[in-house]
Amino acid sequence: MKYLLTLYAAPGAEPAPGTPDFDAMMGEYFSLSERMTGTATFLAGEGLQGVETATTLRKRAGRVETMDGPFAETREHLGGFYLIEAADLDAALRFAAEIPAARYGSVEVRPVMDY
Amino acid sequence: MSPKALLARVLERDRGRLLAALIARVGDFQRAEDALQEAAVSALVHWGRAGVPASPAGWLLRAALRKAIDGYRRDATLARHRATLAVLAAEEAADPDPQTIPDDRLRLIFTCCHPALEEKTRIALTLRSLCGLTTPQVAAVFLDAEPTMGQRLSRARAKIAAARIPFAIPGPEDLPARLHSVLTTVYLIFTAGYAQGPDAGIDLCTEAIFLARLLVQLAPDQPEVEAALALLLLTHARAAARTGPEGQTLPPSQQDRGLWNRGELAEGRQLLDRAVARRAPGPFQIKAAIAALHTQDNGPDWPQIAALYARLYDAEPTPVIALNHAVALAESGGLAQALAQVEALTPELDGYQPFHAVRADLCARSGQTGAARAEYARAIALAPSPADRSFLQARLGMLG
Repeated sequence: MKYLLTLYAAPGAEPAPGTPDFDAMMGEYFSLSERMTGTATFLAGEGLQGVETATTLRKRAGRVETMDGPFAETREHLGGFYLIEAADLDAALRFAAEIPAARYGSVEVRPVMDY
Repeated sequence: MSPKALLARVLERDRGRLLAALIARVGDFQRAEDALQEAAVSALVHWGRAGVPASPAGWLLRAALRKAIDGYRRDATLARHRATLAVLAAEEAADPDPQTIPDDRLRLIFTCCHPALEEKTRIALTLRSLCGLTTPQVAAVFLDAEPTMGQRLSRARAKIAAARIPFAIPGPEDLPARLHSVLTTVYLIFTAGYAQGPDAGIDLCTEAIFLARLLVQLAPDQPEVEAALALLLLTHARAAARTGPEGQTLPPSQQDRGLWNRGELAEGRQLLDRAVARRAPGPFQIKAAIAALHTQDNGPDWPQIAALYARLYDAEPTPVIALNHAVALAESGGLAQALAQVEALTPELDGYQPFHAVRADLCARSGQTGAARAEYARAIALAPSPADRSFLQARLGMLG
């Protein structure tokens, strides 16, 4: 079963780029899918650029409306995602627990629609 | 006994075992629930006509399995169901008369108490699925309307299916945390029982003790499980002595020990000793040890209790534990330290009645009469019963 893991963190919660902590964190991210072999399968994952680069679009009554910024102003910002294949929720949660963002922010774990 | 009465009794007693056995075979919590409901409806008809079967529970299981198979056949266009259908049908053909129902209730408890479900849902689902409470009875526990509780339970089962919460006993790495979640749910059911009035239809303390005993039976040699049962027994032993003659709540040190249940105390102490001997400490063992110390014949060993609360705080750093620690500290002669610790809890515990009652008492004993008066006023305003209010008013009066 596929799960989407979305990573949220408050700005400044993560180690700043250039610091040894940041390098250690990136090392964890890069090795994550390999370390999780047997628990869950990595299908896709990316880090996102900051919310200041986001644009939100709506179409109402045929008119496109674009807005500068993320869909919602939240304290913790969406920073990245993983798409994984896991046998059950426990396996997905075990994968999520290894994501560095779980320490600095929150990770939402949601099953993907099975049409 | 009428078929209807017998059915009600069988479901109350065996719902947990039947449901667990069905979920194990059917693979879906909601389908298993629905199948059991349909089997119960069917039972009313058949038992009325053909008489009550020799094994009513076995009859219900067989009938429910058939209803589940029918359900899957109706949805058989969905390819993913064909595998389940094949397994179920083979099982039904192989074992047409299941006299013994295997016990899958441990898997059921872990599912109901999964951390992905919120605490209230865990309690509700456990009471419904394992304790045989009806939906209206569970709703009454929370003072919810029945449809609201029905929806909560349906959503929980839907989430279990959609998010694929496994129907399994957790593996060794996850077990301690998951077990703690189960034991905490059981303990919350027990404390809810304590808060219930005497008019409550269901005795939640009894239900909690039933669950704890079931866990000791199904998950043997687990010290935290043994300690959880010990904690419930040691606390429940004092139930008859908890309210004073005027109806006010009494702490253990002021209770009439003649009213304590000696059997429950003995069993609790024995379980605790057994748990501690396994040399794998945990929070429930600490809580049970504290409860045991409160029941000692020569009075509570307050310094020991204080030391245990300090250790418990390391495992569970909550303000209420810090408050209880402060009470023990004060009783051990550390009045100034206790008062300082209590003051520090103001932001978190302001509005929590016991906090104000404790603070009032400590201020009074420290000679801070003005502060004591203010805290007694808060405690009185928040008091849960008229008896507790008059008890606090009497203490306020003694300040002079």
